[in-house]
Amino acid sequence: MNSPLAALFWRELRIARSIGGGGAMGVVFFLILVSLTPFAIGPDLNLLSRIGPAILWIAALLATLLGLDRLFQGDADDGSLDLFMMSSTPMELVVLVKCAAHWTLTALPLIAAAPLLGLTLGMEPASLAGVAASLFAGTPALTLLGAIGAALTAGLRRGGLLMAVLILPLTTPILIFGVASAAAASGGTVPFHTPFLILCGLSLMAIAGAPFAAAAALRAREA
Amino acid sequence: MLKYANPTNFLALAARLIPWLAAAAGIALAVGLYLTFFVAPDDYQQGSSVKIMYLHVPAAWLGMMCYMVMTSAALGTLVWRHPLADAAQKAAAPLGAAFTLVCLVTGSLWGKPMWGTWWVWDARLTSVLVLFLIYLGLIGLWQTIEEPAQAARAAAILTLVGVVNIPIIKFSVDWWNTLHQPSSVFRLGGPSISASMLWPLLIMALGFTLLFFTLHLMAIRNEILRRRLRRLSIMAAAAEDPEMTAEAAQ
Repeated sequence: MNSPLAALFWRELRIARSIGGGGAMGVVFFLILVSLTPFAIGPDLNLLSRIGPAILWIAALLATLLGLDRLFQGDADDGSLDLFMMSSTPMELVVLVKCAAHWTLTALPLIAAAPLLGLTLGMEPASLAGVAASLFAGTPALTLLGAIGAALTAGLRRGGLLMAVLILPLTTPILIFGVASAAAASGGTVPFHTPFLILCGLSLMAIAGAPFAAAAALRAREA
Repeated sequence: MLKYANPTNFLALAARLIPWLAAAAGIALAVGLYLTFFVAPDDYQQGSSVKIMYLHVPAAWLGMMCYMVMTSAALGTLVWRHPLADAAQKAAAPLGAAFTLVCLVTGSLWGKPMWGTWWVWDARLTSVLVLFLIYLGLIGLWQTIEEPAQAARAAAILTLVGVVNIPIIKFSVDWWNTLHQPSSVFRLGGPSISASMLWPLLIMALGFTLLFFTLHLMAIRNEILRRRLRRLSIMAAAAEDPEMTAEAAQ
């Protein structure tokens, strides 16, 4: 595996590990968000198990997006972004690989932790599986949409908050179909695969389209 | 047409058009409001509260049309890198946000007596709210990036990404079961709304459209002048400090 893209993938993983596990921090943040909710709502397990998928999804959305503002920031600061731009590898593929690495580092641990946290919310086993499956299908779209925001705000001083403001409205459909398929897994009038396939479709569309928008946004930073 | 791509010629054209457009908008809105309050009949179920429709519906149309104007300007920015397209984009965002806000507020005021609630989370209302949030995000992006040309390109990309929301708004009442009623003007088989209500509505829509173009032209003019002022102040600063001459030349 000597291709530049594979090298980039491993570079991203090494950097994340050397600066103290960005992935672990995301999971801790996720854990805190989920455990704060019962304090706000009250420890009623019936209610918590009913809204559990929604809590897990909101927490996953915030945990994914908050980690994403650094996606291009470090590369923009130390100049590696300019090297990527000058290289013969298309910027779109660089964006896609960086997103894949970021997803592996932050979203995968989050998906693994979600069923455990779901247990503390008193969710049914079917519902736990549904949440894990819907997060697995939906988080790629979150990462890629977030990459557009990260590319637009790379190098800006107030980038983090602005990025969330730009991207969160666009994540509405992912949240809707993610929670819908998680809820459908534990019974209901809609079969599980209806919202789940739409969610997969959203992720595929994001994989196909978002790298172009993010790469264009990175190029727009130059004159 | 190409002649007016030159900002100076455009400013001259705008100066000639704005008074006429403003007058036409004033007349159309006056006639429309007169028809709304004194000619258009009350609804047999809703009574006189139906009159809020004559504000709500045109505001909703304009909120979406403004986004399409912004999208075309965004293409102009990305394809031709034309400063006039940048100005048109920037000027449209607050206007679109304002029309969308009017749509949301009047809809809410209409919803309270008719549906018994200020707000429901159905597809139409939520997608219009998302449109409003996208406008706010764009305004935030414009304010954060200092260099105008760079801000224009970033905003253009976000505008093109956000345009997926427009068909969702349009078809939300057909795709999902919503409390919001389906379209009754632009539909297959002609409008289902009575002519006595359709005419005041169309005249109000014309008034809103003319108002939008008046305000949009004025805002583009202000933006062009603001850019000139920015360039002049950089050049003035450069005259005092020779090291900045290179930046001013850009």
